[in-house]
This record gives sequence, structure tokens and C-alpha cells, in this order.
Amino acid sequence: MIIDLEDVNYWYPSSSDPVLKNIHLKADRGEIILLTGPSGCGKSTLARILNGLIPNFYGGRLEGKISIIGMDPRETPTYKLAKHVGFVFQNPENQLFFSTVEKELAFGLENLGISPEIIMEKIEKILKEYGIEDLRNRSPSELSGGQQQKVAIASVMIMNPEIIVLDEPTANLDPVSAIKILGLVKRKTLEKNTLTIIIEHRIEIVLPFITRLIVMKDGEIVADGDPIETIITYRHIIGIPPILRLYERLEENGIKIPKKPKTPEELALMIYRYLQKHQISLGK
Amino acid sequence: MDTPIIRVENVHYRYPSGIEALKGVSLEIYPGEFIAIMGENGSGKTTLIKHFNGVLKPSKGHVVVKGIDTGETSVAELSKIVGIVFQNPDHQLFAENVLEEIAFPLKNFGFSEDFIKRRVEWALKIMDLEKYSNKSPYMLSIGERKRLTIAAVLAYDPEVIVLDEPTAGQDYLQKEKISEIMNLLRLAGKTVVVVTHDVEFVVEHIDRVILMSNGHIIADGKTPEILSRIELIRKTRILPPQITRLAYLLYTKNIISTKYFIKTDEIIGTLLEILKDKKEEMR
Repeated sequence: MIIDLEDVNYWYPSSSDPVLKNIHLKADRGEIILLTGPSGCGKSTLARILNGLIPNFYGGRLEGKISIIGMDPRETPTYKLAKHVGFVFQNPENQLFFSTVEKELAFGLENLGISPEIIMEKIEKILKEYGIEDLRNRSPSELSGGQQQKVAIASVMIMNPEIIVLDEPTANLDPVSAIKILGLVKRKTLEKNTLTIIIEHRIEIVLPFITRLIVMKDGEIVADGDPIETIITYRHIIGIPPILRLYERLEENGIKIPKKPKTPEELALMIYRYLQKHQISLGK
Repeated sequence: MDTPIIRVENVHYRYPSGIEALKGVSLEIYPGEFIAIMGENGSGKTTLIKHFNGVLKPSKGHVVVKGIDTGETSVAELSKIVGIVFQNPDHQLFAENVLEEIAFPLKNFGFSEDFIKRRVEWALKIMDLEKYSNKSPYMLSIGERKRLTIAAVLAYDPEVIVLDEPTAGQDYLQKEKISEIMNLLRLAGKTVVVVTHDVEFVVEHIDRVILMSNGHIIADGKTPEILSRIELIRKTRILPPQITRLAYLLYTKNIISTKYFIKTDEIIGTLLEILKDKKEEMR
């Protein structure tokens, strides 16, 4: 387990009530976890423990057992955790510092002492992957919110972190770009056997990419498990995508489709096969 | 047909920086319509709605609101008719507390104190903000601030309500709240214009969709008609509704005979007919 939290409680410096209560969370390589729940439920607070911003930057009282790739954020300087945990903030402006996109992408790698040739190779590759080649010499501060978000994600992914945390990555992106970027993140997670945690409200957009879903409410984890089953049980808090609602309507009417669909494309394929199968049995 | 409440005639708009954000836009909005303006970032959507209350005036062409040319009257006067809720609530909030924030436009329009009190109470209640009435707007969460800007516009009861990205960054429960407001506005006979990327919200509430790209209107029609033009809407970087994506695939495989579906309730009957049929044939 590269993340192991046991009975974690946290109070911000000024708060008398804990904002995180009794958190138990184990997560391992290869997982892509959606962390969701109503605004103010504590999901961003929980994420900030994973990269050590809590307690190193925010202060407050943090209790419980915490192990992030074997490190305890209370005893580890943030820069050391940052080598292993890549974090993309909700507001990408806050994490872009340099005068050009190229410098933004190079910074972390230069710090690791990687040779300039290899850095250039990596930059070429990631600019292409994220479709931001034309932004290379632009200043991040003059880009649109969506472009900034792409640059922020690319600048984290280029470091190959073992844990990736994305806080509302699609908030500034149009839906088509959002899906493309989530696809890139998924590929990386599988290829490099890393762990990805996504915080997001738009369930129907992330559902095809995730392996596990955690729901938080009022500072507690109230559900943790299979994405579709969790959505069905907690729809009153997090909502349910239209395609799953349609699946349920078909099932209520006696149509048995073998699997609950994550996407419309998946349901279309199952309907197609269902019809094919029945036509074949007809022909016999 | 009624006379349009807003008429946009061949409007061009060039920002002082030289960027031409609107390149000849024409449209008519009729009383009681629920319209979505969709399109990729930078396509001119927000620039267009800023013309509806005169915050921006056309570089060329005309915008006419209830018979008044926006070039010939003040923003204050037009705001009585068209209330705009911008995307970022922080650009709109300035009062000391929530109550004042909602009362401010009403005072400005010179309504009686008694009337103002009633309207403020009503707006606080429907947006679920009563418990914050004496708090500073900046003590509220971003979702609550967004609801506050909506409350401040609803309170003075404009005929046309324009919402820029009302569901962006809102959680499920907050979205449900905004859905309730949409239903309420429909009952009240309001005209509503929404700028949004949220296609499932459009499916739920909107009758007419206007697609924009690069400063032009590239399509304008009934919601199912526009959203089922898959190639066109992909070009504007929007994802079609889930039910439409399903319908489109089944249509291309000749399983269903039309692709104009956007809602579960609409497609379920057709699917059951096809799938149940097969079950009976099998016996």
C-alpha cells in the first residue's frame, strides 16, 4: 500500500470541530480513485495531507497513522514528498511560475539534475501528448484557464510522480479536452504503475477512467468501493449519469443486459450484441 | 408570434485590444423562451450576453431590448429588464453583508422599503441563504456566493435572466437547487438565457440551443435537433448528451430509425419495443 491512513483526524488551526474524522484509506499502485462528495465535505483537505501541505503549510492538529510511500508528512519536508506526489490544484494559475511554458515544464527535471538533451526530449513528447506545442514559448499567465490547466497537468506528469492528485482537473476544460486528458492520465497510471486520485463533481465524465470511488460527507468517508455500485447507492448525494438511469429502466422492464454500463458506447455495444445473439438463436 | 424581447442585428464587436469577438451575429429572443448559448472557450458567448444589458455596445450593428436600442440608454435602465449573473461571483459581489447585497439593486431602482424587505426575504429563502443574511459575502463558499449572485438578480424580478455557467464547479446538490430555480422561472413565465458547457443541464431545462464558434452563430434550433448533430457539436468541443450518443450509435447500426433522442424518457419506449420484440420471437 503506498497510501495508508488509519484513524486520521484533522483540525484547522482556528476550528474547534474536526474537518476530517476517522479517516481510513488504503490505496495502491494501479488504482485510479475518484474522491467525491458535496462541497465542504473535506476532500480537498484530505488531498492536502497526501502532499504534506497539511500540516506543513496549513498547521492545525493532525492525528492518526499516516504513511505516504513510507513517509509521514508530519516528519517529512514538503519538497521531499513533492518528489513522489504530483499535485494539480483546482486553480492552475496558483502553480505556474515561469515566463514560458517550456521553462515551466523543464523546472522540476532540471532540479533533479537531468541532462538538457533528455529534458528537451521529454518536453517535446509531453507538449505533443497534451496538444500544447503551440504554447511552448507563451507565458503561462497569459493563457486561458483551460490552457493553463493543460500546462499544469503536463508539468506534473513530466516528473513521473508515483502518486498523482488532480483537484477538479476538468473545471476549466471543455468536455472534449477533459476526456482526452483523463485518457492520458489513465494510460500513465497503467504504464508506470502509479496511483491516481481525482477529485471531481462531474461523475459521468470521469466514470470511464476510474477503478474505485470514494464518497465523503461532513469530513468522513461514507462509501468506498466499486464505482458503479457506489453511484447507485449514493445517488442522492452525488447524482447518477443518465446512461445508468436508462440501464435501470430497461432492467425494471425485464431486459437483462449483462453489465451496468459506464458509457453510452458500452450500452450501445451490449444492446447490439443482445440483438445479435437473439437473432442467431432465431435462425437455428 | 410575439415581438422579440431582445433583437440582435448583425452585431460586430471589437475589444480595445483589437480582438474581434463577434463577427456579425443576429438573433431574436422571444418572451418565455429558455435558450442555451454553447460553444468552445473564446467563441464569443460571454461577449454576446454582455450586449443584452448594454455593458458592451456593438462596434457595428444594433441590439434592441424591448424596443429600446442599447446604444441609446443606460446600463441601469436596461438592467431592470435584463438581469445577468456572471460566471465568477466575485466580480459581482461588493456589499457588507448578504442582505445588503440583495437589497442594493432594489434600492437603486427606488422601490419602497416594505417592498424591498419582502423581496429580499423571498430571494434569501428560495436560494437557501437565510442563515447567512448578516454574514459578509466573502465568508460564504464559492457555491453559496454563486447562489447569492443569482438571488440578487431574482430579487428585483427582471423579465430576462441571463446565467453564465450556472452549474460550473457546483456539486450535485447545488445543481439540483439550480434546477429547481429553472423550474420556478419557467412557472413565472420568465425568459432565460444560459451560457453553458453542461449538456445534461441543457437537456433537462432548455428548449432552444444556439451554437457559437469563432464569433459567429453556426447553428440555432430546438434542443434535440441541435444536440443530435454530433459532428457539428463535436467541432465546438462539446460532448453530446449521453442518451444522444447512445441513439446515434444505435441509429448508425440500423437498430433504431431516428437519432433525435436526448432524454431517457424519450428513448426508453423505442428501446423496449425493439428489445421486448426479440424476447417474444425467441419463445
